[in-house]
Amino acid sequence: MSAVQTTRAPEPVLSLAGKGESVGDRVFRYLLLTGLVVAIVFLVTLITFVILRGLPRLDSRIWQNMPTLRKPEMAGAQSAIMGTIWVVGTTALVSIPLGVAAAVYLEEFANPKRRVNRLIELNIQNLAAVPSIVYGILGLGIFVRGMGLGFTVLAAALTLTLLILPTVIIATREALRAVPQSIRHGSLALGATKLQTIMRQVLPAAIPGIATGQILALSRAIGEAAPLLLLGGLAFVTFNPDGLLSDYTVLPIQIYNWISNPKEEFRILASATIVVLLVILLAMNAFAIYLRNRFQKRI
Amino acid sequence: MTETTSRVHLTTSAERLASFEPVLDVRSLHVFYDDFEAVRGVDATFGRRQITAMIGPSGCGKSTVLRCFNRMNDLVPGARVEGTLTYHGMDLYAPEVDPIEVRRRIGMVFQKPNPFPKSIYDNIAYGPRVNKMKLNELDDVVQQALEKAALWDEVKDQLDKSALALSGGQQQRLCIARCIAVQPEVILMDEPCASLDPLATAKIEDLMQELANDYTIIIVTHNMQQAARVSDRTAFFTAEVDEAGVRYGRLIEMDDTQKIFTNPADQRTEDYISGRFG
Repeated sequence: MSAVQTTRAPEPVLSLAGKGESVGDRVFRYLLLTGLVVAIVFLVTLITFVILRGLPRLDSRIWQNMPTLRKPEMAGAQSAIMGTIWVVGTTALVSIPLGVAAAVYLEEFANPKRRVNRLIELNIQNLAAVPSIVYGILGLGIFVRGMGLGFTVLAAALTLTLLILPTVIIATREALRAVPQSIRHGSLALGATKLQTIMRQVLPAAIPGIATGQILALSRAIGEAAPLLLLGGLAFVTFNPDGLLSDYTVLPIQIYNWISNPKEEFRILASATIVVLLVILLAMNAFAIYLRNRFQKRI
Repeated sequence: MTETTSRVHLTTSAERLASFEPVLDVRSLHVFYDDFEAVRGVDATFGRRQITAMIGPSGCGKSTVLRCFNRMNDLVPGARVEGTLTYHGMDLYAPEVDPIEVRRRIGMVFQKPNPFPKSIYDNIAYGPRVNKMKLNELDDVVQQALEKAALWDEVKDQLDKSALALSGGQQQRLCIARCIAVQPEVILMDEPCASLDPLATAKIEDLMQELANDYTIIIVTHNMQQAARVSDRTAFFTAEVDEAGVRYGRLIEMDDTQKIFTNPADQRTEDYISGRFG
């Protein structure tokens, strides 16, 4: 094996056998797998546990009856389901126009070279990471007390709007950015104004992305209990909201309420209500995926 | 090509060169992107109902100059134009000039076909609709534009189909039809055949000869043979390097195409067209 003979043609290979996967490689692969297994196992355990525990109460009583303390077997979560629909529906109505408007401004009008705009951009991303309880304190100060809205559906919806607005803006901007620049130029070169170009070309092309981001943001809002605890959603409510200025409760708060009740029947009811909440969340996410696929195929 | 197109006499290049009526005029044009001076000192005149080709190596500023004519450079942050550009004697960069109006008269076809993700019909109708043109019958406008772009026979039965389902060559003719539907006087073409195969390219080149009957065409092309085939006049640009080592573009010479390709006045033009550089 002396280095002098390097000019000679290599000998024919007699064996292609190697050492195979080394111990280090194998350990690394199993470590990665462990990470995945831990996440999945806990999720499956949670779902199984909740379904098994809530099974005795998973029936029409949940959405047909109001909560009651005296007869646990007659208690239901109708007021919480209706409250959730009212609060999240109002949140959607307020956050869609606001979020889209902000994103269109940042993406289509703001000059990215200006320092102010870069600062705004950075802060929107920071806002998306602010804990929700902080938004609750903000909502309590501004909407409940400052504007005198009290503990109402409107105050809750406005607070949740603030909470999800950064997420909506970021998702909408990404959807707008995915619209090719050539579409904008094609439209402008035909003598369309900037407004026409945005309304007739850019926004329609971005709708699937905007809708997906909006739904995912709203499904975050549905699960929030912390900010609403500060906004008076803790109340024991035995009626459905009848307007924006009505008292309300929502599913996460109702669940929190029942979980902390010493009676076993209420804990079972809480598990059943968690299943209802999970089903609503899954349905919303499925709808978001459906929207994305459907529009992607068309274009 | 199509039975529906009225077969009027097609002008030849010689006939188009016989009379020269200036449409666009450029005097000592300089284009800046922030502090970078991309184009330095261009003087040129473009004749009505002629096809003018702008040729030259990459980075010579020919596309930049083209985009000044319909104010598309306005869309680039930091872009700035010095010198005068006039359209029928009107200053294109005068403060009262609305770029929207400019783009209606001076249309543009891009390098990559860019149909809107809409139906063929809606693509053509888009320009007339956004310009709120007074139209008796939008259907007729769409048909005429598609006929002029030699696309009508291929798509007349599928006007509501997505424009994205068309082939690349068809998409580019659709973009030309879309441009015609706004009834511009000038059509700017920025390497319109760069992404097309030779057959589709030939169709577009034929189409340009027909369009020269009615429209003033300015085409930027990398392909010298294409410039020689389709254009009446040719402007040769080149990229040069200044004392500071910065590359910039400038116009070397502009003349009848035949003269540029057989007997150019400048040595640099001759070197380029004979393939010695670029």
